[in-house]
Amino acid sequence: MKQAFSNPVLIKEIKLRFRSLKSFTGILFYLIAMSIFVFGFIMLTTSFTGTGYFRPEESFFMFTMLTYIQLGLILFITPGLTAGAISTEREKQTLNILLTTSQTSFQIIIGKLTSSIAFLLLLLVAGLPIYSLVFLFGGVSPGQLGIIFLFFFLTMLAVGGIGIMFSTIIRKTIVAMIATYGTMIFLAAVTGFIYLVITGMNSMATGTISSSPIGHFFASINPVVLILTLITPGSDNFITESTKVDFPIWAGYTIFYVCITIISIFIAVKKLRVNMKRTK
Amino acid sequence: MIEIKGLTKKYGSFYALNDLNLTLNEGTVFGFVGANGAGKSTTFSILATLLQPTSGDAFVNGKSVKTEAHEVRKQIGYMPDFFGVYDQLKANEYLDFYGASYGISEAEREILIPQLLELVNLSHKRYEYVDLLSRGMKQRLCLARSLIHDPKVLILDEPASGLDPRARIEMRDILKQLKGMGKTILISSHILPELAEMCDEIGVIDGGKLIAHGSVADIQAQLAGERYITVKIKGLLENASMFFEEDPFVSKVEIHIEKNSITFNYRGSEEDQIDLLKKALDNQLRIISFAETETDLEDVFMEITKGAK
Repeated sequence: MKQAFSNPVLIKEIKLRFRSLKSFTGILFYLIAMSIFVFGFIMLTTSFTGTGYFRPEESFFMFTMLTYIQLGLILFITPGLTAGAISTEREKQTLNILLTTSQTSFQIIIGKLTSSIAFLLLLLVAGLPIYSLVFLFGGVSPGQLGIIFLFFFLTMLAVGGIGIMFSTIIRKTIVAMIATYGTMIFLAAVTGFIYLVITGMNSMATGTISSSPIGHFFASINPVVLILTLITPGSDNFITESTKVDFPIWAGYTIFYVCITIISIFIAVKKLRVNMKRTK
Repeated sequence: MIEIKGLTKKYGSFYALNDLNLTLNEGTVFGFVGANGAGKSTTFSILATLLQPTSGDAFVNGKSVKTEAHEVRKQIGYMPDFFGVYDQLKANEYLDFYGASYGISEAEREILIPQLLELVNLSHKRYEYVDLLSRGMKQRLCLARSLIHDPKVLILDEPASGLDPRARIEMRDILKQLKGMGKTILISSHILPELAEMCDEIGVIDGGKLIAHGSVADIQAQLAGERYITVKIKGLLENASMFFEEDPFVSKVEIHIEKNSITFNYRGSEEDQIDLLKKALDNQLRIISFAETETDLEDVFMEITKGAK
């Protein structure tokens, strides 16, 4: 842990990031947008019902909306923060010098990844006071919020790892960005569509619902599905019934995204000094 | 200190380096001379562990760049021909980052950084943002960066490129100081006379092959053993020219009327050269001066690479 915090790349990246006006304006606009949504929603609801008070069910609905906004934020911002991490160094001609220092490839990659994740965590933490307004009106437990944040963190790590991997293996930042956003869209949208197609075809072909592990797998790795099952416990019964596979969605999601993170970091570390690869 | 054995780098069928062999002792300042694309930067990149050779190996202080790259990195300070800097870092922070990257403790870095900035005459720019420095200052800062871990070997790829004459002289003075510190320095430059002044040895590379290696004087002597002689004469230059042309060791006789002189290449020994001067005086040639002219490194380079092609 001490080594992680004394990582020179991490310290340098954090320093550079917080000296940039972009970071401050990013946080500012994020908080403004979130405040407008939350206070606007409360105002509209209380005015619309004419009762002047905010019900726990409405608070829960707001919590659900905020959670999906946060998920969208993670899926949208993480590739932007990580997909240029190595390729920008290459384009700015600072990578060669960095690679001749005593730092290992692992230290460099982890430094880059943690600095990006740290910025995203700051965004989430900065939004917590607004987020926690939901507790004022009931309907949501702090434990539920904690679990959701844990899965946010896992998703950030995985998408960040994918971004760093593409940034390492692809020379141009713009191409690395496209590849990372493409992967993110696949995970967030295409997997859900595949699940629907597989289960749909399965029931149409046989007339009855038969076991479909592949359909369950695609549902498990979809972050939108995961958040739904975390917000409304019991909603995963629908997936269990449609695929005839009784395996917790959160467990499948955790296994898959931990594997993705490890594989991405491994590839990035191995490919960072790609020119040092033995050639015959 | 540095041993290069059969170093070859191939890109498809193109040889960027072809069986390069070179040994340099500790404290040597080695100048690498070659045209663009000759293989200088490829050699330096391999020594800096940025590129893996196709075959052969290079050793820095006994450590292989292929199998002990991490150890090699601790021993070298590398300055590439083109490099960038981080926009939002100040000069002292820039050095601090690289110091930390070499595992130097914070306490040591605090002592080292002012010393290095002083060495490269940038003490007054300590708190300036790096991207706001001039090209020459950035080059000097990069040199200071390459020295932060006190490496035994410095690999400097075109350190004076793109600098104005003043910045070039400042860079040269710093390199002389480093030479005085006993560092082994490998330096490439397209400004050849500057290399001749500070290098103990030079290597001429062309088409990926080392075609000449030795001291500047040795390499000049390799020019087919020829010396370039200038004779200043009072009287008829044509007669003198005819006299020298008759000598079997003389070639390429040229008359320079405006300077009252004759120049020629001479292949004979020093004794033969003495005899030639004696005979000229006996033949009533009114000689004001008879001297060997130093050929500069550019002439040597042009001559050697012409032969290689």
